[in-house]
Amino acid sequence: MTSAVSFKQVSRHFGSVRAVDAVDLEIAPGEFFAMLGPSGSGKTTCLRLIAGFEQPTAGSIFIFGERAEGVPPYRRNVNTVFQDYALFPHLNVLDNVAYGLMVKGVGKAERLKAAEEALSLVRLPGYGARRPGQLSGGQRQRVALARALVNQPKVLLLDEPLGALDLKLRENMQEELKSLQKALGITFVFVTHDQGEALSMADRVAVFNDGRIMQVGTPEDIYQRPNTRFVADFVGSSNVLPPDFVQRYSGQHRWGSLRPESIRVSSATSGDGVAARLVGTNYLGATTRLALDAEGLRLHAVVPAGTSLPAEGEAVMLTFNRDSLHLMDETA
Amino acid sequence: MRSDRGQRAPLGLKIAAACGLLFLHLPILLIFVYAFTTEEKSFVWPPPGLTTQWFAVTWNRPDVWEALSLSVRVAAISTAIALVLGTLCAAAVSQTRFFGREAISLLVILPIALPGIITGIALRSAFSLADIPFSFWTIVLGHATFCVVVVYNNAVARFRRTSGSMIEASMDLGADGFQTFRHVVLPNIATALLAGGMLAFALSFDEVIVTTFTAGQQQTVPIWMLEELIRPRQRPVTNVVAMVVVLVTLLPILLAYYLTRDGDQIAGSGK
Repeated sequence: MTSAVSFKQVSRHFGSVRAVDAVDLEIAPGEFFAMLGPSGSGKTTCLRLIAGFEQPTAGSIFIFGERAEGVPPYRRNVNTVFQDYALFPHLNVLDNVAYGLMVKGVGKAERLKAAEEALSLVRLPGYGARRPGQLSGGQRQRVALARALVNQPKVLLLDEPLGALDLKLRENMQEELKSLQKALGITFVFVTHDQGEALSMADRVAVFNDGRIMQVGTPEDIYQRPNTRFVADFVGSSNVLPPDFVQRYSGQHRWGSLRPESIRVSSATSGDGVAARLVGTNYLGATTRLALDAEGLRLHAVVPAGTSLPAEGEAVMLTFNRDSLHLMDETA
Repeated sequence: MRSDRGQRAPLGLKIAAACGLLFLHLPILLIFVYAFTTEEKSFVWPPPGLTTQWFAVTWNRPDVWEALSLSVRVAAISTAIALVLGTLCAAAVSQTRFFGREAISLLVILPIALPGIITGIALRSAFSLADIPFSFWTIVLGHATFCVVVVYNNAVARFRRTSGSMIEASMDLGADGFQTFRHVVLPNIATALLAGGMLAFALSFDEVIVTTFTAGQQQTVPIWMLEELIRPRQRPVTNVVAMVVVLVTLLPILLAYYLTRDGDQIAGSGK
């Protein structure tokens, strides 16, 4: 089957800066794909390479089997939802949504009807006469979404789509985007630095660092079985364990990762486990995050709220299930 | 803390404000009154009598029409040149980064900061060095130097407020470069260009100094007025022309003010 988007050894260098460096990537049709990484990791440049705002320095890009290098953005069947939405302030909402059809020469009645339908799709029916300036951030986001979807793109690109929204709205939009994607069957590619967002929405996640893809996999793969220290630490702030420590519990001299929620903390001072000292507690509502010091190794544990906790500075015993200790591929 | 909107200003302040306004505008009213005086050799107050005959006299003087026509043509063409060059320059400076960007920005603004007499002398020696005879086009070139600045300043302020991703959004939605310019860029900078263009027109229309250095034997309206004031013949004709010019230029200035009052300063309006 032809991939929706395919990168073959794609690089994009800006002078000496390697924004994207020899990236291979296959995104399947109909997939909800997340590009996750810290700022400056190359994820947004990858998105702009798909959109056509950047051209690769080396390598080749295919969109549904067609070569994309040298094809300008206006000749690609790909649409983008911009981080700042980039709505046209001089047009009302309906004309904003109908813009793509207007420049393609679709008749006025037809394009306004399609725009009205797209507005209903994003649950903003009847907002057509308003100006973008009269809308809230969440509504602007929906207009930007409708404006992209009305063109029936083969791939929809979303650049940090929820970054500017407050928490409650963000959670609603996450669910809505996901069900919209399922209903439309369009390939969604979205860029985010928020690992929670990537894990909850995407079918597959690519973790970026320094212009390279560190790991591609399902959210569960990425979270439970990180292959590098970077992925373990960036996705869900896992405890990264040095090879000497890991050897004691698994017998193998490799880097390991241990999820904070896999660690059990008891105030016992003897018995099996890792002796540690509690150095800090961080109340997070549903859970409490503990900072621990195990013979100079800084670890974090997350325990459900309401667990009785020893006082800060006291000695504690840490236990964990051997299965939850994940050994990474990265060489020691 | 902000003072109450409904609060009354003290009487002294009101009088001072009124005096300031009168000082600014009474002399202009005086010009209007002298357009109706019966005394033609000198301006005497109060006017010995009132007449409208000078309007007819002005209408029938070919030199007035020549000067007006020259001024309008010069202003229109310098404004047109300024609109094209000023917009292109503003787009380049505000949308892209390149070596020497700040320097170019400064060099473009410099002609309006320089005294007109310097610009005038510089242009005059450049024209004679290049053996270009003084003509309509040398005046246009002289005026274009400062008209470009006005348009540039207005356009650059608007470009800075316009989100750069809007152009990308337009391309993304299928519009090519020309469609993007027509449907997105132009509507967003149109009022700034209109305001800049009107100011450029007004600046060119009343320019004296650069014009005296770059015009040959031709007279624009301001130069014609200066000549008229020297010889005591049909003096009120000057006032009639002045009155018409004030009324005609006031409208575009007011319009420019209303179009850009939300945020943009009308740069260069002080010249």
